[in-house]
Formats: sequence, C-alpha cells, structure tokens
Amino acid sequence: MSLLLKRRHRNQWHWTDVAAYIYLCLGVVLMFGPVIWLVMSSFKTPSALMEFPPSLLPLTQKMAQSSGREALPLYTLTQADGTSREVVQLHRMGIMATIASPNHPDQTSQVSIDALTPERHIEFATDNYTKPLREFNFLRYLKNSLFVTIVATIITLLINSMAAYALSIYEFKGRTAILLLVIGTLMIPVTVILVPVYLVATKLALVNSLWGVILPGAATPTGVFLLRQYMLTLPRDLIEAARMDKASEWQIYWRIVVPLSAPALAVLAIFSVMWRWNDFLWPLVILNKSEVYTLQIALNAFQGELQVQWHYLLAMTVVTLLPVSLVFVFLQRFITSGIATTGMK
Amino acid sequence: MALDKAPDQEDNFLAGLATRLWHVTMSLAEPVMAGIQRLIGAKRMPWVFLAPNLVFFATFVFVPLLIDFGYSLTGGTHLFLSQRPWDGSAQYGHLFNCQNFSNPNSCEQDRFWHAIFNTGTFVVFQVSAMVLASLITALALNKRIRARGFFRAVFFFPVLLSPVVVALIWKWILQRDGLLNAWLTAFGGSKVLFFISPHWAMFWAIFVSVWAHMGFYTLILLAGLQAIPGDLYEAAQMDATSATRVLWRITLPLLMPNLIVVVVLALIKSVQTFDEVYVLTGGGPGTATLMIVQYIYETGFANQVQNFGLAAAASVVLGVALFFLTLLQLALSRRKGEAL
Repeated sequence: MSLLLKRRHRNQWHWTDVAAYIYLCLGVVLMFGPVIWLVMSSFKTPSALMEFPPSLLPLTQKMAQSSGREALPLYTLTQADGTSREVVQLHRMGIMATIASPNHPDQTSQVSIDALTPERHIEFATDNYTKPLREFNFLRYLKNSLFVTIVATIITLLINSMAAYALSIYEFKGRTAILLLVIGTLMIPVTVILVPVYLVATKLALVNSLWGVILPGAATPTGVFLLRQYMLTLPRDLIEAARMDKASEWQIYWRIVVPLSAPALAVLAIFSVMWRWNDFLWPLVILNKSEVYTLQIALNAFQGELQVQWHYLLAMTVVTLLPVSLVFVFLQRFITSGIATTGMK
Repeated sequence: MALDKAPDQEDNFLAGLATRLWHVTMSLAEPVMAGIQRLIGAKRMPWVFLAPNLVFFATFVFVPLLIDFGYSLTGGTHLFLSQRPWDGSAQYGHLFNCQNFSNPNSCEQDRFWHAIFNTGTFVVFQVSAMVLASLITALALNKRIRARGFFRAVFFFPVLLSPVVVALIWKWILQRDGLLNAWLTAFGGSKVLFFISPHWAMFWAIFVSVWAHMGFYTLILLAGLQAIPGDLYEAAQMDATSATRVLWRITLPLLMPNLIVVVVLALIKSVQTFDEVYVLTGGGPGTATLMIVQYIYETGFANQVQNFGLAAAASVVLGVALFFLTLLQLALSRRKGEAL
C-alpha cells in the first residue's frame, strides 16, 4: 500500500514541474526567437525591411508584367458589394489610387486606397547574400576569418600540446615554477595589456597583418591546462615501455601521447575555433586596413556607416553566425562537457 | 577528467587527413629533434617542448606587462618607449585629478570617471541579473523534464555567438522600426527610441549581455545541481517537505560553492565588458554606456591623438581591480576546497 502511494506521488505533476515547463518554453522563444527573426529578416528586400509593422516572412509585392509597360504592383480590390477582384495600381495620390484591370491597363478608375490590399508572395532576396560577397569584399573577409581560425587553431594545438606534454610526463626542476607561470598568465586578460602588446606587434611588423591576429593569442594557458590535466591520466607504463624500446622523446610525444590525447585535443580545437572566429577587440586594434579585416571587424565597420544598409548587414551577420552554429549542432556535447570539466570558455 | 570520445568516428575523412598530415610533418621533424636530444640529453628535453609556448608567453604577455608600467609612467605621443619622456606619476595624476569624485564632470578626465561609474552600475545589475537568471534556468533544467538536452542547448546557443553578431541581432530588434516597437504600437503604446535614452540604453546593454552569457553560467550551476545526492531529496519527499523549503534548506546551501564560482567569474568578465556594448550602443548616448575598456581602446587607439600613456595608466587601474577580484576568487575557492 505504501509503495503504491509513493509511486503515485512521484508520477503526479507538481506545480514546480508546470512552472519549469512554462519557464523553459518562454526561454526558447526569448533565446532562439531573435536568431530566427534575424535569419528571416536577412531574406527580405530593402523595401520589405522598411515596412512597419514588420512581417515575419520575407514577403514581396507581386508585380504584373504587361507588354510595353513597366511592371505594375498587383492589388486585391474589395468592391462595395463585398466581392473582390485583382487589379493593378497605376499611381496613387493621397488616399485615392488610380487602378486598372491587369488585362486592360488603359481602362482606369479611381478608388479609395482603403479598398486595396497588396498581393504579396514569399520571395527570398538572395541578392542580400550574393551582392556583398561579390561586390563589397565580404568574400575576402570570409577568407581572412577562415585563415585566422584554421592557422591559429593548428598552431595552438601544436605548441600547447608540446607544453602540456612537458608539464605532465616529465618531472624536472622548475616544473612547478612554469606551472605557476601558466596559471598566472590565465589571470592576465588582454584588456589590461592592450597597449604594450600593440607595441610588441609594431616592433615585430605584425600590424595590419593576419599573423598579428594569430600569434599573440597562440599560446593559450587554458589549452595548456586542459591538455595537461588529460595527459596526467595517461598510463605511465606505456611511456616507460616506449623508452625501453629506445624511442626518442619526440617519438613518445607524437606517436603515443598526442594520439591518446585526441579527446582533449578535440575539445581544445572546438574552443580555439570559437575563440578565433568570434575574436573582436584585438583584431579591432591591430587591423586598420580593410583588406585585412576579419568578418567581425568588417561587420562592425559596416554597421557604423552613416546609412546602414540593413539588408546586406543582416545577411552577412547570418553568414558570420553560420559556422559556429554548425559546430554547435554537431559537436554540442563536446563543448558542454569541455566547459563542465574546465569551468572555462 | 571525463570527456566524451573524440569525434573521429563521425568524420572519418577529416580525421584521416589530419592523421596523415600529422604523421608526415612529425616524421620530418624527427631527425632534428633526435639530434637535439643527443646534444643536450633526454633530461633537458622538456625545456625544448616548453620553448615555443614560453617564447609566446614571454613576447605577448610578460614583456607587455612590464612595458605597461613603463608606459603609464611616461608621456608624449610616441609609441616606442625609448622616445617617450619620463613622466613619473603624471598620467595617474591626470586620471585622478578630480574636484569631487562623486561627480565625473568635475574631473579632468571626465570620460574615465563616467566609464568607471557606468561600469560600476553595469557590473552590479548585470552580475545580479546573470546569477539570478542562470540559477532559475539551472533549477528548471534540473527537474525531471522531457527534452532536457534540447532546452539546455537552446539556452547555451547564444554563448557561442560572437559579440558583434549578438549586438547586431538586438540592434535590429530594438531599432526605431524594429520588432519590439512594432509590438509596443500593436499593444497601444508608442514607439520608444531605445538608444537615445540613457536609461534604456544601459538597460538593454545589461539585458543583451545577460542574454548572451547566461548559458555558460547555467551550465556550471547545472553541473553543481546534478552533483547533489538524490537521496537527500528522497528523504525530504518522505517527510513531505515543501518545495520552497527544499530549495532553501537543501539545494541552495549545497550549491553554494558553485554559486560563489559563478559570481566571481561573472564579476571578472563583467568588469571587462566591451564588445557587445560597444557595437550595440557605441558607448552612447553621450557617455551613458561608456565602459572602462572602451575608454582604454579609444584613448589608446581610436582617438585622433593616440594617448598610449593615459590608456596604459587606465589599464593598470583596471588590472589592479581585476587582481583583487582574482585574489578573492582564489581565497573563496580555497575555502571551498577545505569545506569539501
């Protein structure tokens, strides 16, 4: 009897469950809605974007093409008897519009614009995407961003795994000091050393070059830390056995330790891609010529212009968020488990 | 460390390509590294492995950190330290030259003090809203609900977006003819020009930044919630304890270590806020949402006259603040370690 009661109690809906569902569903709208809105808006034509109040779907005015004349906008005319028919609008003055039947554009009549509703259909303005890529150099910014992300991630993985290998497999004098140094570096944010890093970059002729974006952040303390924690869990016997077989230290590193650390390397790779793709403050400081802009910097410059061309800007924003979204869809559990284990992002 | 298996089974082609490239390049490096090992002995090899990373750290972190103080103590507009005249503490004198510290307009560097006051307001409201929102979300996600993975993913998604993208998404919604104003007029209100009003601009700066980052803190809190032993809740259920009592007497006390971590992490990030707010409001209207990092950036790089000394002095001030926050973090995490 008591067992039965307990069961029933557990399956009952408690008010906190209902509250949780309501909260989470509202959360989905608030967290995801803005992104959907962005994607929908990015397919609208400039005139559809100007519309107020805005519509969710990218709707455009239907046009009637007739021979010998320019295309005319199609409307539905609601007549006095309640029936409606399709008309084209020739021109409009105040609240009166001159209309005609689509087939006989010469027989015009005057109606109030209240009787007219525009005929619209869904049309994706792909121009928003193709034009900035072709004409405004966005293809170049895309290439710059890809170059920075890929090269920086490779360098980061290589040198961080080497450092983590040294700090996890060997016992040597000065190891604790180096470890403290690494953790100390973790505490120094780029915002504090912005000016002097710029000086160093100038001395090394890295200003206005993509290498200037890549190199300063290549040695990430987070990466060393994450990889070291993982490498510490590798079995020591394996390394001892390799030494017995006269493997060099370099061979132990690249043939044994790195392949075994693949899971941790994958997490660091995902993090690095996200950091680099989204990086803003440092590229903003070091890139002043538009040829070397990354996507983020280009977007910022584009939105700062006097006449913001929202249709292009929104489309390019979608292009910018696409790669990280794909990474997210396919590799979400690596990201979340990486954050849960390191407490860093 | 519990990590999922590497995604190599999922994309065999990429993994295969990476493996092949890895093998080729590493074998090429082999004779060189073997030579070095013969030369210096296996005992010193760790230093060889550490060298590249240390060179980067030294060049781009430690040397700049030293230069930072040098900069803040010199004047002029030259970039190179050797060309800059010694200025003593004059840069700090400029920063702290105020008739009345509670009124930024009475200061020589009024923008710096506006930035400090704005950052203070921002930090207080953003951190409290962030902790509250991520705590509620984590509690909701910790219940026995369907599709938990989906909900968790949705709340986490904005964390991955770049600050520029986040700011543009919201700028588009909040603009004069944007979605929010459409709703306001539909419900009988009138349009609000959000970025013209100082209070609204600050409100949206805080809102957008919480929107973008709360998923990260939710994840940390959720991990903490899932570590609380389930039998505690079962015992509470046996005693027919009310839900609010369970929350105050079991959940929150046991979550405290994670909550402290979240508060301190959020504080450290919040003090350095720059990108989202910069793209969203540009620091405006006027100086209403100007933050310290934006002040440093503009003073050192974006203004007509690049005042590196003043920017460096301001970043030393920021660094000192962050240093104390980090000390606080270390102290609290040590206490947490003792308690466990």
